[in-house]
Amino acid sequence: MSALDRATAPEAPRAVPLELRGISKRFGSAVALDDVSLAVRPGTVHALLGENGAGKTTLMRVAFGMVPPDAGEIRLDDRIVRFASARDAIAAGLGMVHQHFSLVPAMTVAENVVLGGRGRYSAPAAAAVVQRAAARAALAVDASARVADLDVGAQQRVEIVKALARDAALLILDEPTAVLAPTEAHELLQWMREFAARGGSVVLITHKLGDALEVADDITVLRRGRMIRSGPRSSFDHDSLVAALLGEGSPTARAVASGAPVGAPHADTAGAPVLTLDDAGWRDASGIVRLHPARCVVHAGEIVGVAAVEGSGQRELLRILSGRLAPTSGRAMLPDAVGFVPEDRHQDAMLLDGTLIETVALRGAGRARGRLPWRRIAEFTQSLMTRYDVRGRHASLPGRALSGGNQQKLVLARELEPAPAALVVENPTRGLDIRATAAVLDALRSARDHGLAVVMYSADLDEVLSVADRMFVLHAGHLRAVPLDRDAIGRAMLGAT
Amino acid sequence: MRQLAVLGGAALLAAVLLLAVVALAGFDAPAALQALWRGAFGSRDAWLSGTLVRATPLALTGLAIVVAFRAGVLNIGAEGQFLAGAGVATAVALATASWGPVSLLAALLGGVVGGAAIAGIATVLRLSFGVLEVISTLMLNFVAQYVVAWVVRGPLQEPTHIYPQSASLEMASRLPILLPGTRLHLGVLVAVALALGLAWWLAQTAAGFRLRATGLNAAAAASAGGISVSRVTAGAFLASGALAGLAGAIEVTGVTYALYDNLSPGYGFTAIAVALLAGLAPGVVLLTALLFGALEAGATAMQRDAGVPSVLVAVVEAVLILVLVLVERGRRAGWFTSDTTGEDPS
Repeated sequence: MSALDRATAPEAPRAVPLELRGISKRFGSAVALDDVSLAVRPGTVHALLGENGAGKTTLMRVAFGMVPPDAGEIRLDDRIVRFASARDAIAAGLGMVHQHFSLVPAMTVAENVVLGGRGRYSAPAAAAVVQRAAARAALAVDASARVADLDVGAQQRVEIVKALARDAALLILDEPTAVLAPTEAHELLQWMREFAARGGSVVLITHKLGDALEVADDITVLRRGRMIRSGPRSSFDHDSLVAALLGEGSPTARAVASGAPVGAPHADTAGAPVLTLDDAGWRDASGIVRLHPARCVVHAGEIVGVAAVEGSGQRELLRILSGRLAPTSGRAMLPDAVGFVPEDRHQDAMLLDGTLIETVALRGAGRARGRLPWRRIAEFTQSLMTRYDVRGRHASLPGRALSGGNQQKLVLARELEPAPAALVVENPTRGLDIRATAAVLDALRSARDHGLAVVMYSADLDEVLSVADRMFVLHAGHLRAVPLDRDAIGRAMLGAT
Repeated sequence: MRQLAVLGGAALLAAVLLLAVVALAGFDAPAALQALWRGAFGSRDAWLSGTLVRATPLALTGLAIVVAFRAGVLNIGAEGQFLAGAGVATAVALATASWGPVSLLAALLGGVVGGAAIAGIATVLRLSFGVLEVISTLMLNFVAQYVVAWVVRGPLQEPTHIYPQSASLEMASRLPILLPGTRLHLGVLVAVALALGLAWWLAQTAAGFRLRATGLNAAAAASAGGISVSRVTAGAFLASGALAGLAGAIEVTGVTYALYDNLSPGYGFTAIAVALLAGLAPGVVLLTALLFGALEAGATAMQRDAGVPSVLVAVVEAVLILVLVLVERGRRAGWFTSDTTGEDPS
């Protein structure tokens, strides 16, 4: 941004101090928050750090008026406020961007932004509102674009603009970098700094240490609903943050947190070819080529990593490799059954309203005949839960009773037991905390060591690199092999040669 | 267990609502309720010739709804499938009148095929052209209704060509009466057997699990289970139509012995209430069908003995459904407990 732009850009509304004091919240018998306090200074980025289930999101939902606290008070500009709903919080200058966006895909950006307003709708007026908010925030959005046509990063900008159009001066962002490619994530973190520099404040909910250390002025760490530490960024270093986050963590979790590889490095003794793509390509119903004819071979006993920015054709590639999608050109030579852990476990892998036993019974259900041995499947489910550390009271709970990390561990366990010849996983650690992430990555390595052919895609490049034996990069639907070199991969993802 | 508690509550609520509605409409409420009770359960005859006979088509069409809804198919065309089944069964029974007992079997089979055939139209529309089955089945109800109205004035009209109804079925084409002197026919046992069989099939077999998994999450059923969702959907749709068609065939061969214009007092629509009130559990459908059968049998007596219009019972049925939908919503949203296990407190 040039100096001229900066001078003419209107100021953001000034944030006032937000303080939460002694917030407690129980859900039934589960204590979600226990006497948590937190102060957000105007003009700063405040990182709220913790593992899944630590209570980060619940705390911010309390601040945003979505969840009434059982005890404690919310102070805004040193006055006690009571929000009956998110509407009150918005009126007081708060804005929240949730992990799962609340946009209407079929509507334009402008329509989404003014949605919930009063009076007549006028397209030019709505577009003007969007332009004003976008200019003020220095965010690029196209007011007339349909949300369904935007990529994830652009949708996130729309969410932010939506909050700012309602004069939010304090933004709560819930795991905003989870869905972004590395470069986009970096830009967003930069943007937070600029927003704070112009007088706004940001609460960044995250479980990524790096994000917090990179961008925050203040850091608060939650663990199991309690505040462990809170203080300026300068009072933390990497190790003390890991210690605060994990408490008496397992060595594995610590190692992952510090970025060190876990387990013995893999000997390059890859076995026979298991998955083979012979010019396999895919075009959608409207004739757009999502995957150009691709050739690749995945051998037994190796992990092949796939890196790509959002929407480069990885969705199609992974589904073709796992036999979930037939290529529209070329051939895919696959074994009978390939294990598949899709990105969206709610949508594609679990029966949320069925029992865990039924979620496990799903594997192979298409070919089963006669009566199902339910008692045996129940025992099997229970043993999977024990061996893969799935924390749920018993196997006949509904799927939705498990936390995200435990759901993912169960899905992975189901796909691995009994072992298939090959396993394809898509963003397997998305939304998982450090401990669950370590468990999932360990399971992938162990599958490889037992001779499975493994294909792994993750939006987190470092994560892919921590397990991959070979790498492929997809750019605009073109698949090519790249060396195991972070810079080379980064360039290839952006289409540079 | 919880479903039974809900059901008991529903029966109680129905009685209270009925009292209120009847009193509000300016009738003698206690007398009306008494008449309703007498008509539904008051005598051996009320039980065997009224309530159970009414409950049978409700149970069968209710099972039809269960099969469809559990698979995620919103078939609201049980009424049309019931009429199609009744129509085909009548035609078959009349054409095969000389075949003796085989004629009855042929008529029942005809009902099954007729119901499945009209449901098949909606199945093809959905799977090949993406037409929502809610709309197609609703529309096909009218088609079936008017086709029946036409055939009882045209090809199937009784020999004297005076009344808009078919000729009466031969004795051999009729379902046997279970207890002499009552109207209780073999169909009630068919309904019980099918309900228990369906409950077992859904819970125990691989095919039943495929149907339930498809209804719970079609995308996961396809991706994680390798289940052919379109095949399961088509199968459930046709089976649903077949069950409703069988209900129509049983009504004709067991109760009316002829095809009429207004053969069904809306069995196929009440069936949705019967199935939902039962929580889509086939075994419980027998109980909810009994409840609605009693209400309808009692309503006739109430009109006759207390002069209270029987449509008031329809009002009660409707309110019952609304209350039930609210209770179900509330249970899911955790209105009645402080424990919100559905929320991930991260």
